[in-house]
Amino acid sequence: MPPNDLHRRKLFAGAALGTLLLGGCDRLAEDPGVQRVLASVEGLTRRVQRLLGGARALAPEYSEADLSPVFKANGTLDPDDEDYQDMAAKHFVDWRLEVTGLVEQPLRLSLDDLRAMPSRTQITRHDCVEGWSCIGKWKGAVLGDVLRQAGPRADARYVVFRCADPMDNGNPDSKYYESIGMEEAFHPQTILAYEMNDTPLPVAHGAPLRVRVERQLGYKMAKYLMRIELVDSYADIGSGNGGYWEDQGYAWYAGI
Amino acid sequence: MTAGPPETIAARTDTGSVSTGRAPALIYRHSVVVRVTHWINVLCLTILLMSGLQIFNAHPALYWGNISDFAHPAVAMTAVQPQNGPPRGITTVFGHSFDTTGVLGLSHDAAGQPWERGFPAWATLPGEQSLAGGRLWHFFFAWLFVINGSIYLLAGVLRGHLWRDLLPNRDQFRHIGRTTLDHLLFRFPKGEEARRYNVLQKLAYLAVIVGFLPFMLLTGLSMSPRMDAVWPQLLALFGGRQSARTIHFILAWSLVAFVLVHVFMVLVSGVGNNLRSMVTGRYAIEESRDAAE
Repeated sequence: MPPNDLHRRKLFAGAALGTLLLGGCDRLAEDPGVQRVLASVEGLTRRVQRLLGGARALAPEYSEADLSPVFKANGTLDPDDEDYQDMAAKHFVDWRLEVTGLVEQPLRLSLDDLRAMPSRTQITRHDCVEGWSCIGKWKGAVLGDVLRQAGPRADARYVVFRCADPMDNGNPDSKYYESIGMEEAFHPQTILAYEMNDTPLPVAHGAPLRVRVERQLGYKMAKYLMRIELVDSYADIGSGNGGYWEDQGYAWYAGI
Repeated sequence: MTAGPPETIAARTDTGSVSTGRAPALIYRHSVVVRVTHWINVLCLTILLMSGLQIFNAHPALYWGNISDFAHPAVAMTAVQPQNGPPRGITTVFGHSFDTTGVLGLSHDAAGQPWERGFPAWATLPGEQSLAGGRLWHFFFAWLFVINGSIYLLAGVLRGHLWRDLLPNRDQFRHIGRTTLDHLLFRFPKGEEARRYNVLQKLAYLAVIVGFLPFMLLTGLSMSPRMDAVWPQLLALFGGRQSARTIHFILAWSLVAFVLVHVFMVLVSGVGNNLRSMVTGRYAIEESRDAAE
């Protein structure tokens, strides 16, 4: 066989393989082994981004002139939960934020307690995983201050946010939750916001309290906060991936 | 598979045109680094494009600046339901609307049912609507693309490939008009001149290697909130996160255009010879007409 004929056959085989690969991509995409391999770069991305900027790098802050005329509310807009609706009707006077788990001193804080703490106000950009961005002004208590008040135990590795909004037709077992690491939790811009654009946090944006994690995507910034739980692992919470959207296949590290 | 005698096929494949009777000289054109990184790049760019369109479909609209002005997108793909008749896919570009039913805004699933989505299922990875899946593919192959590109650039700098083979010299610039004319008429160089890229090839490859691909990476990183904390200069460079997303989109389609022209030129300038050179490294030089006739 002349060498070029052989070469042609190789090319045809290559083209056939290419077609097969593309055609089989969807079946391949659903394979759990493939998913694991693809997701393996998440830790690499997190470590490299931390290495490049350091743990304390600040998210850009903007001016009043940059504020979005309309800040899009996404996800739950009004929690389908009787207890929440009762609290909202009474302007959250009975609402308490619990701080539990691996802490020396569990806390129960009212909105007034949080407002009495030193506050931070920041105008930041909110990036949704879907691709859009809005700029808003947030005022709240610094999460690090709240955590220091509770005294995290040495084995605490994650801060879990437990929320009031059920994600599955009012099913109380499907309530939204999220988690971040201790480094992100003690970042100066990570705040528990009770005000948005100089007014009390609206229900659509998570009243009475939502977390702001400014160096990550919107789904990390849990709304309708009820309880903060310090844990050494989130494997036993939900489906074990660290958050409601993480349990649907999204990355735990949402810095990109 | 072959109609004629093997010799004819062989000669044709080697030279990309009817043989002049003389055996063409085989030169070693592409180093193993160039060949391997080239094909890994084919894989990366294909998957990055398709998974990127999947990600785009989660919010099929583009804006300029830092934020999304939802009422005035620069580009938007939507589906609308007319008063009578089936739903239509509408693409709006700078306020001008086009009916793009079947491709953009609204396409059809395998069963022929209308499906509201920016780009159609056949163009996205995964085919179904899955932002989480699209992101998994996109970031894995983004890393592979960056590592692969770094190996290519490092080898290209260390071995001088970039300056020697891709930087046009003054003489080539002087004859850029003639080269362009030859190129448009599909007159491809032979003999000594075929040993190197012409000035248009060099400029196109250089633009992609040191322009389009690095800017693809930088605009991609500008969309990362953590990278914006690390290098806020990225936002200044591209005029904001939503601008960066728009530029990322435009660059992606510029690369598609480059690949289409590239593949077309590969096909018309001797597909067998070109493909062999990118597989085995060996490229056949046909003697120049003056010498052969």
